[in-house]
Amino acid sequence: MIPFVPFHSRLVPFPINNIDTDQIIPARFLKTTSKEGLDKQLFNDWRYDAAGNPKPDFILNTPQGQGAAILLAGDNFGCGSSREHAPWALTQFGFRAVISTSFADIFKGNALKNSLLPIVVPEEIHAELFAIVMRDPSIEIAVDLASQSITLPDGRKVEFAVDAFSKTCMLEGVDELGYMLKQTAAIDAYEATRFSTLNTRA
Amino acid sequence: MKPRTIIEKVWDSHVVHEQPGAPALLYIDLHLVHEVTSPQAFSGLRERGLKVRRPDLTLATADHSIPTTDRSLPIVDQIAAKQLSQLEKNCSDFGIQCFGIHSSQQGIVHVIGPEYGATQPGMTVVCGDSHTATHGAFGALAFGIGTSEVEQVLATQCLLQRRSKTFQVRVEGTLSPGVTAKDIILKLIAEIGIGGGTGSVLEYNGSTIRSLNMEQRMTICNMSIEGGARAGMIAPDDTTFQYLAGRQFSPKGAEWDAAVARWKQLPTDEGATFDQEITIDANSLEPMITYGTNPGMGVSISGALPDPANIADARERESVIKALHYMDLEGGKPILGHAVNVVFIGSCTNSRISDLRSAASVLKGRKVSPNVRVLVVPGSQEVKRQAEAEGLPEIFRAAGCEWREPGCSMCIAMNGDMLQPGEYSVSTSNRNFEGRQGKGGRTFLASPLTAAASAVTGVVTDVRRFL
Repeated sequence: MIPFVPFHSRLVPFPINNIDTDQIIPARFLKTTSKEGLDKQLFNDWRYDAAGNPKPDFILNTPQGQGAAILLAGDNFGCGSSREHAPWALTQFGFRAVISTSFADIFKGNALKNSLLPIVVPEEIHAELFAIVMRDPSIEIAVDLASQSITLPDGRKVEFAVDAFSKTCMLEGVDELGYMLKQTAAIDAYEATRFSTLNTRA
Repeated sequence: MKPRTIIEKVWDSHVVHEQPGAPALLYIDLHLVHEVTSPQAFSGLRERGLKVRRPDLTLATADHSIPTTDRSLPIVDQIAAKQLSQLEKNCSDFGIQCFGIHSSQQGIVHVIGPEYGATQPGMTVVCGDSHTATHGAFGALAFGIGTSEVEQVLATQCLLQRRSKTFQVRVEGTLSPGVTAKDIILKLIAEIGIGGGTGSVLEYNGSTIRSLNMEQRMTICNMSIEGGARAGMIAPDDTTFQYLAGRQFSPKGAEWDAAVARWKQLPTDEGATFDQEITIDANSLEPMITYGTNPGMGVSISGALPDPANIADARERESVIKALHYMDLEGGKPILGHAVNVVFIGSCTNSRISDLRSAASVLKGRKVSPNVRVLVVPGSQEVKRQAEAEGLPEIFRAAGCEWREPGCSMCIAMNGDMLQPGEYSVSTSNRNFEGRQGKGGRTFLASPLTAAASAVTGVVTDVRRFL
């Protein structure tokens, strides 16, 4: 992982609530054994027609939907399955942050492990962001993980919460497994106290 | 000691290590693996030169992308075939027991875990699959994880986790004929919404839950995630112990007695408090069915679809309008009598032997409508063998249903079992998201009884007229 640095970007407005992981990437594309190439299938069934041609009015197929790093989505983004292919597809497309009023638990955890920042903002800021971007699609906002804030075009800062541990991992560009492998002694000690009769190899 | 919920008891006993500012390192007792969410995790192990720490606590099977047609034939879909063979290679390379495509123990991961006694009370159970919540029916803390976490568990047998909030779901009263566990969980999700359980672990209790068998309890816990909760638990009792006794991986002899004594300590203490509570009245419950594009969009089967004009909240109104548009349904109208093209009986929610018996009880001596294709997909090879021993396939075939090989099948439509654009299904599965059962397909979620009744008539039907 590379360290998560401050950036500013346009917003891709996606005013739909409860966007589930089957929309982010339909299950039939999960037969891959690799993480690569999933950007092409991001929002596949909303993005392409029956013949596989891009739908011209779908936001990701418009100039506004391309080259931007922030997805501005409706409430409860990422509900549904545990597929990590969802954040993989979003980051491969170029997104580095998703702004919503809430995220589903598993999606949020998966996103944080892939340097995709889930930003929860209050409802009134959420509505204001949609209003701003509808008025002027070229407007940019700044995202700074270190100060846990976004900066609106008028200079106002809006703070957001993020898990302290995930924040450190993202800022330093280290993954959790490295940290966990350093806890081997504690795991050994815990296992020595455990009584388990399970042996799936028996 | 402060009274604790079962959720807190299982959590507390699995904390390996907790540092200020960092999430707890939580020990995992059982890691279930399938072909879709694991290949990249095994690649990660290879890149780092790591081994699987506890292959003896890991169990794999093939379920998502596996065909449900004759297994002696080669797999047509080459990408799926590669994924399935990759699972077997990964398990062989890392020493993991794999109930693969040709195993007599293959099945849906959330069916086989309990079926072979691998899932036990008080355990932590994870799998790269959101329906891992199913195993909570045994009093295990069981939840779905992403592929990065699959790699973490393979390498360390641990996960980094923050403690969840606790949410009590009391279900009280007696279910009427034709009303099932599936209707309880669809009712709960309709009440709390698909985000209502976000950040929480649910505990289901109350007189109705106590009266349910293990398979019914699994149906309820399975769909906890559809209410946003990563996990849902039911305290173990004699029903649980009787189910587990004598299964392949269950403790035996003196170890069994010791295990039961430990498991009896798990139920929530008198006086323990929850962060949130809700009560569902089972006495007044009717068969439920979903009409929309998320599992929270459910109604009593005899009721009307919501009329957007009567929804005050703007966001909810927009969601319902969008869903009705996708489903091509009109608000305010009844759902009974709506034409159906496909009926799917299966999935980790409703593919166990009692589900198949329940569907067969309606289909016995009847024919399915000529306009409807009916797929019956047992949850595992073991369920299939049991059904065959009871003569259920003959009942299904005589009625005009397809009796297929075990797998996730049309719940997730990865394996070629899918709806065509515009088709309607009544499905015993767990998700009705747009395109979930095939691009452009439209799903009504319901119980096996409702699915079977609708198969016979060819329209959405209240099973109580057949009882």
